[in-house]
Amino acid sequence: MEKSILYRVILIVLIVGLALWSFYPPEKKIRRGLDLKGGMHIVLRVEVEKVPKEDRKNVVDLALKIIRNRVDEFGVSEPVIQRQGEDQIIVQLPGVVDTERALKIIGQTAQLEFKLVESDPDLLHQALEGKVPEGYELKYLEENGKRTPILLRKKAVLTGKYLVNAYMDFGRFGQPEVRLKFNRKGARLFSRITGENVGKLLAIVLDGKVQSAPRIKEKIPSGEAVITGRFTIKEASDLALVLRAGALPAPIKVLSTLTVGPTLGEDAIRKGLRAAVVGGILVVIFMAVYYSFAGIIADIALLLNLIMLMGALAGLNATLTLPGIAGIILTIGMSVDANVLIFERIREELAKKKTIRVALDTGYKRAFLTIADANITTLIAALMLFYFGTGPVKGFAVTLSLGIICSMFTAIVFTKVVFDYLVYVRKARTIPIE
Amino acid sequence: MKIIKKVPNIDFMGLRKVGYRLSLFLIILSIFSFFFKGKDSLGIDFTGGGLLNIYFSKPVPIEEVRKLIKETNVEASIQSYESNRGFIIRTRSEFIAKIREKIKKAFKEYSPDVREERSIGPVVGKLLRKQATLAVIFALAGMLFYLGWRFEWIFGTSAVLTLFHDVIITVGMCILAGRKLSVPLIAAFLTIVGYSVNDTIVVFDRIRENLKLMRGEPFERIINASINQTLSRTLLTSLTTLLAVLSLYFLGSATIKDFSFAIAVGIVIGTYSSIFIASPLVLAWRKEKRKKRK
Repeated sequence: MEKSILYRVILIVLIVGLALWSFYPPEKKIRRGLDLKGGMHIVLRVEVEKVPKEDRKNVVDLALKIIRNRVDEFGVSEPVIQRQGEDQIIVQLPGVVDTERALKIIGQTAQLEFKLVESDPDLLHQALEGKVPEGYELKYLEENGKRTPILLRKKAVLTGKYLVNAYMDFGRFGQPEVRLKFNRKGARLFSRITGENVGKLLAIVLDGKVQSAPRIKEKIPSGEAVITGRFTIKEASDLALVLRAGALPAPIKVLSTLTVGPTLGEDAIRKGLRAAVVGGILVVIFMAVYYSFAGIIADIALLLNLIMLMGALAGLNATLTLPGIAGIILTIGMSVDANVLIFERIREELAKKKTIRVALDTGYKRAFLTIADANITTLIAALMLFYFGTGPVKGFAVTLSLGIICSMFTAIVFTKVVFDYLVYVRKARTIPIE
Repeated sequence: MKIIKKVPNIDFMGLRKVGYRLSLFLIILSIFSFFFKGKDSLGIDFTGGGLLNIYFSKPVPIEEVRKLIKETNVEASIQSYESNRGFIIRTRSEFIAKIREKIKKAFKEYSPDVREERSIGPVVGKLLRKQATLAVIFALAGMLFYLGWRFEWIFGTSAVLTLFHDVIITVGMCILAGRKLSVPLIAAFLTIVGYSVNDTIVVFDRIRENLKLMRGEPFERIINASINQTLSRTLLTSLTTLLAVLSLYFLGSATIKDFSFAIAVGIVIGTYSSIFIASPLVLAWRKEKRKKRK
């Protein structure tokens, strides 16, 4: 018996030590979810059906790649970009709280097209009367608060496909603009088009909207172009960013967004800690008063359970979320349940005038199966929650499950070894349990 | 210390009609509340919509926030917390940005801090609804199989029926209390599914043990004895968990209040039902089976 006690003590010390080492210091070792540290969680859907049938293959993967490029260029640390199901993409941007800007950078298709403007006024007239000629499209150019109709040749003469670079710069009057640089093939095309159409207007169309329609003054052989418009510096550099990262192969629809400010998590952690301390003290006092000495042992078990739980969270690199904090607090209340079941059973056995040794053995043995059954049912529910749940709720399922598993160890193994030591080594005749 | 000094001798089985009536009343009330509130009982997680959680450095009169939103001609529900320092505004997704900017501008001197902002499209809402339903169904099915395997099927089925009862009433009470069903609430219901069966397991375990010890005695007496013998632990385990959950409810952050409320209600209902519903169901079922055999 003494050997068995020794082994168990060593095991407990090792596990608790390992747990302490693995989660200390907690603010560094425990990974916090997006809802605790702040950031954005976006669910997107790639509108595959808007792409011609023959191009649909790989569209989602391509979109994923482009979004990743854009996020990387945006400069977010530890972003998560992953595919979900058939056509959805999940993007997590820790630390990003500017919802509109992030959505624009990620969600903008950024389909850049150059289209020739028809100079024949008769055709434009016709189009304005509702009879758009075959092969043309009627668009509006918004400039200086004016809205002028222009007739474009539908076929783009050049697209963003040939871009090698795009960057923000300042124009002649100091206004922000986006400069484009084409690759060799694009430069050749651009040179030919500008050469053949000197004097005409060339519209720059972004996602179907005419940005500007400058007049071609001369042949441009350099493969460089400029998008002017009423941009702020931020807008111009963001547009340059998305053009650089490439156009999305299909339009994207934002299904849901969640933006969490940094203070939500701070507040939740502070209040969670407060609730944990108060709840913990209440439970500890209750156990100590109700079960006297045995209750105090159960209280120590509870403390060890929390240490193990935190250790497991850090060791498994699990993510602590806001509902996860609730899971930890729930664990405080649930993990002493096992001790209540055991102690009640021991009291019952003692009431039948059994010796302390027999009462202890029966108490633990009989209560064990009940405890196992009770905990397994809770684990089944947590498993379903983990499987069907998303992000933050998954975090709850994790802390709840780990808490229950750890409590099986501390509430049973730890308390038993203390009592065994007292009864078998110190030859105690009774253990204060009432 | 002991709250229950000696093993009580309460005729729980004799009281089962009272339990049935109370439960029937609560279930009808719950179902009624669900139908009465209909879509109103679903939060934006499931219907789609927008939510803005904004916090100020000092309290802001709620009427002013209401007035401001009224000016924007947008329909929104406003809920305040921490005595009007925090506001949760629910509206259509597309209005969130507009309201946020308006509030930030109007209450500049209160240093507004946008804590959380979400917009959920109807597609996601539908998906979450499906996942939530599946999770609850699979959890209950999992319980049925596990308990059916560990106990007899009569016990397993009775326990799961009791769980159904618990979940329906907990959901109903949450709706009656004006809470909106959300993903964290579903998490709470699932926790209740997993936890409230514990008390039932304790009683059933004892019934199984007593079936051997009290051989020959009427089943009703065995059940009564089992409930009485385990009564203190049924109450105590729920009490310790309630202590933790209530501190979470009163001291935890606002976003977790609905969740802890649901768990607290679920624990109370679960404790009640493990005494007044689960075992009587087993008894009734066995009687029915006996009758058929004759």
